[in-house]
Amino acid sequence: MFDFLDSGQYDLLGAFWVTAQLALYSAIGSLIWGTALVAMRVSPVPLMRGFGTAYVNLVRNTPLTVVIVACSFGLNQTLQVTLGGDTFEQIGFRLAVLGLTAYTGTFVCEALRSGINTVPAGQAEAARALGMSFTQVLTLVILPQAFRAAITPLANVLIALTKNTTVAAAISAAEAAFLMKAMIENEADALFVIFGIFAFGFIVLTLPTGLFLGWAAKRLAVKR
Amino acid sequence: MNSVLYDVPGPKAKARNVVYTVVFLAVLGLVAYWVLSAMADKHQLEADKWSPFVTDSRVWTTYLLPGLVETLKAAALSILIALPLGAALGIGRLSDHRWVRVPVGAVVEFFRAIPVLLLMIFANQVYAQFTPISSDFRPLYAVVTGLVLYNASVIAEIVRAGVLSLPRGQGDAAVALGMRKGQTMLYVLLPQAVTVMLPALVSQLVVIVKDTALGGAMLGFGELLSQNRQITANYGANTIAAFTVIALIYIVLNALLTQCAALLEKRLRQGRKAAAVKDAGPITNVEMGGAGATGV
Amino acid sequence: MKLRHASAAAAAVVLALTATACGSGSDSGSNGDKITIGIKFDQPGLGLKTPDGSYAGFDVDVAKYVAKELGYSEDKITWKQAPSAERENLIKNGDVKFVVASYSINEKRLKEVDFAGPYFLTHQDLLVRADDTTITKVEDLNSKKLCSVTGSTSAQNVKEKLAPQADLQQLGGYSECLTGLENKAVDALTTDASILAGYASQKEHQGKFKLVGLSMSDENYGIGIKKGDSELKGKINKALEKMVSDGTWDKLVKQNFGPSGYKNEPAPKIAG
Repeated sequence: MFDFLDSGQYDLLGAFWVTAQLALYSAIGSLIWGTALVAMRVSPVPLMRGFGTAYVNLVRNTPLTVVIVACSFGLNQTLQVTLGGDTFEQIGFRLAVLGLTAYTGTFVCEALRSGINTVPAGQAEAARALGMSFTQVLTLVILPQAFRAAITPLANVLIALTKNTTVAAAISAAEAAFLMKAMIENEADALFVIFGIFAFGFIVLTLPTGLFLGWAAKRLAVKR
Repeated sequence: MNSVLYDVPGPKAKARNVVYTVVFLAVLGLVAYWVLSAMADKHQLEADKWSPFVTDSRVWTTYLLPGLVETLKAAALSILIALPLGAALGIGRLSDHRWVRVPVGAVVEFFRAIPVLLLMIFANQVYAQFTPISSDFRPLYAVVTGLVLYNASVIAEIVRAGVLSLPRGQGDAAVALGMRKGQTMLYVLLPQAVTVMLPALVSQLVVIVKDTALGGAMLGFGELLSQNRQITANYGANTIAAFTVIALIYIVLNALLTQCAALLEKRLRQGRKAAAVKDAGPITNVEMGGAGATGV
Repeated sequence: MKLRHASAAAAAVVLALTATACGSGSDSGSNGDKITIGIKFDQPGLGLKTPDGSYAGFDVDVAKYVAKELGYSEDKITWKQAPSAERENLIKNGDVKFVVASYSINEKRLKEVDFAGPYFLTHQDLLVRADDTTITKVEDLNSKKLCSVTGSTSAQNVKEKLAPQADLQQLGGYSECLTGLENKAVDALTTDASILAGYASQKEHQGKFKLVGLSMSDENYGIGIKKGDSELKGKINKALEKMVSDGTWDKLVKQNFGPSGYKNEPAPKIAG
């Protein structure tokens, strides 16, 4: 029953390595993009606020599959954005990072917004009384505290992101779910074993993230 | 909170805001032009790709509406089962008894770590091999099982965080009144926790609606997103048009859900305030819980 | 008190749903005078759910013919969607009497189910834009962009054996690949010729695409049935033989694949 694992036909570690990379790059990207979005949502320029709100509500309410496929069709096929990739595997990977970033950014934005809500208004007022500009208030006073307060929701977002990378199989990124589809097609008689392997792989990837961030949340909590 | 972050704009700041607005609009316009012209170049805006959604009502009656019904059915069932189960798991994880706390914690962590798609496929396989459920309902059951297992564990965490965020005095006061542990949880802590955590709960409900789409391709569950295959197979591979229309339906659906939740939240908050104003003193908190419960 | 009403309503909904779910649970491919057949819902030319809610394609026509020979008229047939990953489950659990869904006979599948037929022989082929003359043989693919469905046998076949250097894009469905082909984002779409011919025959696509006519693999389509049901297998095989000998087979092939210019193989000989 397990013989297909020894055949060398399936590169399990390689596939999970791609999953890990996909998750890592998208995590960095979505943290940056989510911070930018939350800055827009609280900024003094009404149009930027409007854009931030509209973007978050639109993208957050769209299924991830649609967002990812839109990246492939809209950006790659129609607008010919390749992001510097040469083969479909590279392009698929980079587009998947982009799509996951665009999607996860909205959740990061919402997590940060709840983080901002935990910062007492007096902090911002004190900063303004010192003559700080909006950018200074946000980057020096509010966001550092908001990030620390939002670690728990952010951890949930990052764990969800790791699992969401499975959707990237829809556009040729060779990650774990992509390999799983091929294995199911070939080894229909060993379905349970296949699921067991992939479930285990994802637990290995997500549990340490969750535990580490849980520890970090306690460690970095703002003492009030 | 927002207005706390910056001063009321003066004439100079207002002028600067106008400039920002103009630049921002110009950039958005340029991007829109680029996208539309590229699409026109590739013949993706041609009428025969988009017109079926307007002129041929059969697209709606044969594919989209039945798909929407399946999506709603799966989402409603999952929500109805996941909410109480999640609350129970969340409370279980807060239990004083080690033999309850530890296994519940393990269950929650386990199902939170596995992608929903895997859970669905697994459930489908179990149902297919070990139960006599007819294939008419197997995909639906599998989708609901996957969604419930995952989302109940997420909701459990939300509820737990909500209960933990309440001031200690709430629980202590309830104990002082002679309430049993179950009563304290049910009448005092849980109603308040739900109110506090409502925004997080609602975004989880939106996630449930969207995740029904995962069951389409692999299990043959006839939900909304999977209808794009049949539509594009009939109307000349109009994939971009089909995906756009389906995405719009999801957006409207989830916007409605969010809107309803916002209304509910507003009512709950008003209820809390009214109760708090009505009475002062230690009993307030108990009343507040009661008000919350009737509101839910 | 509102809480009680809400929970009562919720309970009622759940009860109603489970009641309907259990009420219509009948688990056998044919009960009394009805028969359930598994087909694809999204493959033009083979099995397709059309906008008016009926089903069309070669697999569907073959299924209807076989059902008629087994004594079920058209209105007694219940069609059931059989996605590739679900076909074995549907057969093994007796949810369907048989599956006619571009189901290639191979050894792995023979471990799980039995096949009647084969009723059609096709090959892995390429679909290219009608004005493209640069792809004529398999080796040409090594410098080309190719599209197929994620994890499918055709995709693995190209990657591992036929043209390892080809730039292969794997997407969720054939329609997605076709949009790419139309956009010139890919140069060729590869899978079974019968599936490609089904797409090329559609009126929206006529004249836009052509089949290259390569034989990159042999795919024998069979009718999947429960393992060990040799009585049904014999009956279906007899029906298939009759279908070929009375000329229906030729007529159905022309009708479903004709407009694409697909040169089909003659009817395969049915294995005992």
